[in-house]
Amino acid sequence: MPSLAVMASKKEVPQELSTAPFDPRFPNQNQTRYCWQSYVDYHRCRKLKGEDYAPCDYFRKCYESLCPFAWVEKWDTQREENRFPGKI
Amino acid sequence: MTTWSCMNLQDSASPIMEQLIFFHDHTMMIITMILAMVLYFMASTIINELVDRYMLEGQTMELMWTIVPAVILLFITTPSLRLLYLMDEIHNPIMTIKTIGHQWYWSYEYSDFVNVEFDSYMTPYEGDNKSMFRLLETDNHVTLPMHSFIRIIVTAADVLHSWTIPSLGIKADATPGRLNQSSFMINRPGLLYGQCSEICGANHSFMPIVIESVSTENFIEWIKKLSE
Ligand SMILES: [Cu+2]
Repeated sequence: MPSLAVMASKKEVPQELSTAPFDPRFPNQNQTRYCWQSYVDYHRCRKLKGEDYAPCDYFRKCYESLCPFAWVEKWDTQREENRFPGKI
Repeated sequence: MTTWSCMNLQDSASPIMEQLIFFHDHTMMIITMILAMVLYFMASTIINELVDRYMLEGQTMELMWTIVPAVILLFITTPSLRLLYLMDEIHNPIMTIKTIGHQWYWSYEYSDFVNVEFDSYMTPYEGDNKSMFRLLETDNHVTLPMHSFIRIIVTAADVLHSWTIPSLGIKADATPGRLNQSSFMINRPGLLYGQCSEICGANHSFMPIVIESVSTENFIEWIKKLSE
């Protein structure tokens, strides 16, 4: 069974082919919290460790894979206008 | 067109659906045997004239008709629970797709490697076109690589919908404000059809789902072209 990553390396696609892994904190069908927590963690991580701290990108990868674009856009505007409900 | 194959489940396109069909057949076999037995007992009680008016209890018989059904139920619950937990499992998905139910179309988002989103509306049926299915075709297909585990996140933007592909054994409610997860592995190429399965308004019947299952190379080609 050829996996996507193997085939991709053959074709030399520049992007890294991976997705948000299984997270034992969210073992249920409901993954809403996984998306939300990843978004909050990403921005908290960047606030604490600085904008260029590479390991923060793990959280970005997770929320980008899981959250609908519309949600991320909404939260981004909320953060810009300082009315984001989460603790960052 | 209605054919006799409509009486059965669709041919499976994923290992889970294959198992679900086996489970269905297994359970149907048990039901048929029970039905045959009950019908026989009913017929014989009606026809039989040898009645024992002094029989008030039959301990052995009562014991048997309690234990035997319990054992039969065990033979149904065990494979049923096994399948239930297998369907819940996500086996290290290689990619995630998101589908969002709208009144009345589905939109899809790919965001693991490139950010791509598109809407998928039903294609109207023209005259006597024999190369398409009525009320099942969409303008944009959800192209996916076969032989890899795919996680799908199902949600909705307005009201409840339900994202369903019978040949994959997948059905997940699309709820506004909630992300439901499901996963599947397609084991053959082709077009897989499905329909919205939660009454969502006037055009509920007109928001079908089409999955185009292709090889991994073709999938990469497709997503590259789409992101340009
Ligand atoms: Cu719907």
